[in-house]
Amino acid sequence: MTVKITIGAINKKAGSSKEYKTGGWRTMCPKVDLEKCISCYKCYDYCPDGAIKKIEEGIEYDLDYCKGCGICANECPVKAIVMVKEEK
Amino acid sequence: MGEQKSMTIKGNMATAMGAKLCRPNVIPAYPITPSTLFPEKMSEFVADGELDASMINVESEHSAMSACIGAAATGARVCTASASQGVALMHEMLFIASGMRLPMVMAVGNRALSAPINIWCDHQDTVASKDSGWLQFYAENNQEGLDLMINAFRIGEDKRVLLPVMVGIDAFVLTHTIEGVDVPAQEDVDDFLPPYEPPHGKLDPKEPATFGSFGTPEYYQEFKQAQVEAIEGSRDVIDEVFEEYEEMFGREYNKATPYYCDDAEIVLITMGSMTGTAREAVKKLRKEGKKVGLIKLTVFRPFPSPELKEILSGVKGVAVIDRNISPGAYGAMYSDLAAAYTNEKEKPILKNFITGLGGREIFVKNFEEMYEMTKKAVDTGNLGKPVEWINVNEDVLR
Amino acid sequence: MSFGVNGEEIMYEVRFHGRGGQGAVTAANTLADAAFREGKDVQAFPMFGVERRGAPVAAFTRIDEQPIDIKTQIYEPDVVVVLDISLLDVIDVTKGLKDDGKIILNSAKDPSEFDFDGAEVYTVDATTIAVDNGLGTETNPIVNTSILGAYSRVVGNVELESIFEAITDNVPVKIENNQQAAKDAYDNVKGV
Ligand code: SF4
Ligand code: SF4
Repeated sequence: MTVKITIGAINKKAGSSKEYKTGGWRTMCPKVDLEKCISCYKCYDYCPDGAIKKIEEGIEYDLDYCKGCGICANECPVKAIVMVKEEK
Repeated sequence: MGEQKSMTIKGNMATAMGAKLCRPNVIPAYPITPSTLFPEKMSEFVADGELDASMINVESEHSAMSACIGAAATGARVCTASASQGVALMHEMLFIASGMRLPMVMAVGNRALSAPINIWCDHQDTVASKDSGWLQFYAENNQEGLDLMINAFRIGEDKRVLLPVMVGIDAFVLTHTIEGVDVPAQEDVDDFLPPYEPPHGKLDPKEPATFGSFGTPEYYQEFKQAQVEAIEGSRDVIDEVFEEYEEMFGREYNKATPYYCDDAEIVLITMGSMTGTAREAVKKLRKEGKKVGLIKLTVFRPFPSPELKEILSGVKGVAVIDRNISPGAYGAMYSDLAAAYTNEKEKPILKNFITGLGGREIFVKNFEEMYEMTKKAVDTGNLGKPVEWINVNEDVLR
Repeated sequence: MSFGVNGEEIMYEVRFHGRGGQGAVTAANTLADAAFREGKDVQAFPMFGVERRGAPVAAFTRIDEQPIDIKTQIYEPDVVVVLDISLLDVIDVTKGLKDDGKIILNSAKDPSEFDFDGAEVYTVDATTIAVDNGLGTETNPIVNTSILGAYSRVVGNVELESIFEAITDNVPVKIENNQQAAKDAYDNVKGV
């Protein structure tokens, strides 16, 4: 794909970073146990990649963008998230 | 044309008044000696209702430049001021401002870098960011400080340029010194500098776009090439704008201004406030029949190689006087001028002098000495040391 | 006054001595502004560096009929103005003073009571004049405007009228009192 460069690298398309899927960088994958989850959404606040979505009861991962950093697991106050080796 | 108002003001006040006449919208700033008076005055203008702008008080110079970038991306006209360690702390963000092609103007009170701690004048702070992609102008006196601020906005915002500009005024020698200055009328500056509308897009929630995006190896180099083309293109814009400014306000500016260079054998090149003292030295030497001239470099980025070479054609020796040093190499002006001559067959002998660091005075007699040393190199063919240090306090050397 | 090789009047350099907070810097700035109003070129600057309340400070003024190019500090003044004579014990106020230089002291004493190696000495009781005009107190008098009146009379290269005008723009409060103080000092300086 050829993209013409613009002055100052301004990309008139908003949210173009969505096209850049960073999930492939991951070696460890977060898994949430919704039984334990108390819906405090700390993980949602701390995820540096916006890879966590709030749902009615707890959370859901968007694994297209999760880099597997483990911050969510570290922050969860009830240890509802564990990092597991991913089978590819 | 309105009447220009004559008054006696400090250098910091001159750059502040120049900035105010340009009606900036946002002024993020963090105070540092010797440019503290600039943010002080700007906040006074805003508080007194003389200027309709947002002052943003930040917690560091890094944040000041970050806020400048954010504000400029919205299409706001932005200015700030800093010096020394402050400019050094901004270093990372300076490249982002120019890479994102965001015009803005920063008044720098040129001051030495630590260590040891020193609050006095030299050009190391801005010279250390010569590769940041900003245009760099240096003022000889307070009048130039005011005028260059106005020119800087107009040049940086030109759609052929779209780059940030630094205006250097020497620490204390200008920042804290009162001189007579003619201040243009607001309506004339309004005519000279129309409101800024970024042609390449702006941050606007109604029209979302991606700013500061990723540049992979397929694109990055081309972005840099485009940025370099813009600063190269600024050469003509600078000439046009300086000419228009002179027509409107009666004061002449050039990238490089010759003084007694026509029949000169030896020419001194200076930047900033030392130029005045050098001119005194040239007057004195001329009275003694010495064929000496002087070039004042006002624009250091882009480096005006063609103009310098033209003025210097037929000159036998050039004393390049740097108030900065790249340790292990040369002064910055010298390196650039030497590079400009590399492939020329006819070239003058160039001598590099380092002086005036950390507020060290540069006296008339020092310029006479640099003239004599350059003349001797021309006459004898003995070039001396690659870098000569001038006005050295021998008593304190080990 | 300094003269060039052809006898022409050349640049005139003034050094003010005071203590931080006494207004030496304002005096230097106001003098420059007054001379500027007469069409002269001027510079005024503080001692470059740090300033502390109570510590000795110096401030400088350059005045010339021609454009001033020189950018070095002042080392050989034509005149020295001392706002606080307690400084005479602390610093050498005559340092670098030209051979035909003048010294203006804020003192009630007669000039003959001072000896600065033959330099011309002038005195004015700027403290009393300032206090009489409601400028500061006996312990903290604001003498910088009075002393400029004395300067105008002694040196003669800046008119009293220009100093009045400069006071209007450079002194934040009590403009008339400051102008009157300058006038009183002009009239009462000793040694002229
Ligand atoms: S931090 Fe833990 S408990 Fe809180 S929402 Fe996330 S998974 Fe649930
Ligand atoms: S592992 Fe890191 S990137 Fe993935 S969801 Fe958790 S915090 Fe976000």
